[in-house]
Amino acid sequence: MFAPLQLLADWLTYGLFRIAPQSLLGSAIDFFVFDTTKIFILLAVIIFAVSTIRSFLPAEKVRMILSRKRAYLGNILASLLGIVTPFCSCSAIPLFLGFVEAGVPLGVTFSFLVASPMINEVALVMLVGLFGWQIAAIYIGSGLVIAVVSGIVIGKLKPERLVEPFVFEHKLSAAYEGAKMAWRDRMQYAGGYTVDIIKRVWLYILIGVGVGAWIHGYIPMDFLARYAGPDKWYAVPLAVLIGIPLYSNAAGVIPLVSALTEKGVAMGTTLAFMMSVTALSLPEFMILKKVMKTRLIVIFASVVGVGIILTGYLFNAILK
Amino acid sequence: MIIQVLGSGCPTCEKLFNLTKQAVEELKLGTEVEYVTDVRKIVAMGLMQSPVLAIDGKPALVGFVPDVKKVKEAIIKNIP
Repeated sequence: MFAPLQLLADWLTYGLFRIAPQSLLGSAIDFFVFDTTKIFILLAVIIFAVSTIRSFLPAEKVRMILSRKRAYLGNILASLLGIVTPFCSCSAIPLFLGFVEAGVPLGVTFSFLVASPMINEVALVMLVGLFGWQIAAIYIGSGLVIAVVSGIVIGKLKPERLVEPFVFEHKLSAAYEGAKMAWRDRMQYAGGYTVDIIKRVWLYILIGVGVGAWIHGYIPMDFLARYAGPDKWYAVPLAVLIGIPLYSNAAGVIPLVSALTEKGVAMGTTLAFMMSVTALSLPEFMILKKVMKTRLIVIFASVVGVGIILTGYLFNAILK
Repeated sequence: MIIQVLGSGCPTCEKLFNLTKQAVEELKLGTEVEYVTDVRKIVAMGLMQSPVLAIDGKPALVGFVPDVKKVKEAIIKNIP
């Protein structure tokens, strides 16, 4: 599907720049040109498609859908809706309050809070572009399972007593309908959103792929297998810990880890790292402290963290 | 007319606050822009996103827009 891009990359690198085909520099530049063009094309297409779907599902509508659901089915729906609903840690609190006041169970709300940042379109594009459809599908599938199960587990722990009392004082007062949208508005919204996201991430992608290309060209194959191969039990939890403070740079981190996988880091470890980068975010935890007790945040982070670690081990065992 | 920017105090919310101040100044409206960090006010409007630009308590712009022109348009459209 991307064969013409490979031709373009080859022509630019070896034809226009006149770099020797077998050289390290040549292979690094070829890799960089191919990967960045592929990712930007994918970004434009996938973000446009996802934000068109999204224009039908504003957070307020998602809340309406979830408010009538109980556990289990609610957790599954919340996780699925989390995929297409945008999430910025700025909105974590209003989202949380809004869900609770509409009667969405806390466990279901947590499923949404896990899925929404973890499975987002930028991460998806990077995964498809750099790892292929299969790994992207595994990431989405296991991400959904983690979101559903974490929400159910947290729901069972009776989290109501660990939420600040004022959260429950609210009654649903006004329902914001949002502006009615015609197809033209939806296209305009999707186009604007796509441009916004690309503007926000392009630099990270260039840097990430640039460093990745350097690793690709200059670091020997399987160099990292000794430290982070599938037989190293500590690699997965370590990757998850490192991922927690790295929230905002998912666009730059994925090209990096893709290069590291090639040098011997096991696939499950890589998946766990990416999930931790997107789903566990330190700034989000700080913001959530306004509405819940630290104990609940610790429970939230541990349940999701354990889920991610198990996923890492599972795929280290399966994908050899 | 009361122009407010409501947010959870995050950097993006502050950016919208600054953009709105700039827009109000360029439109020569002669009003102050208020910055509200009580998230409950957002929820009370029935919204679940942050930041919000509100005019007389009604949402004019939901979510961050990095464009003064759009902010101005939203203000003009919602002037009572």
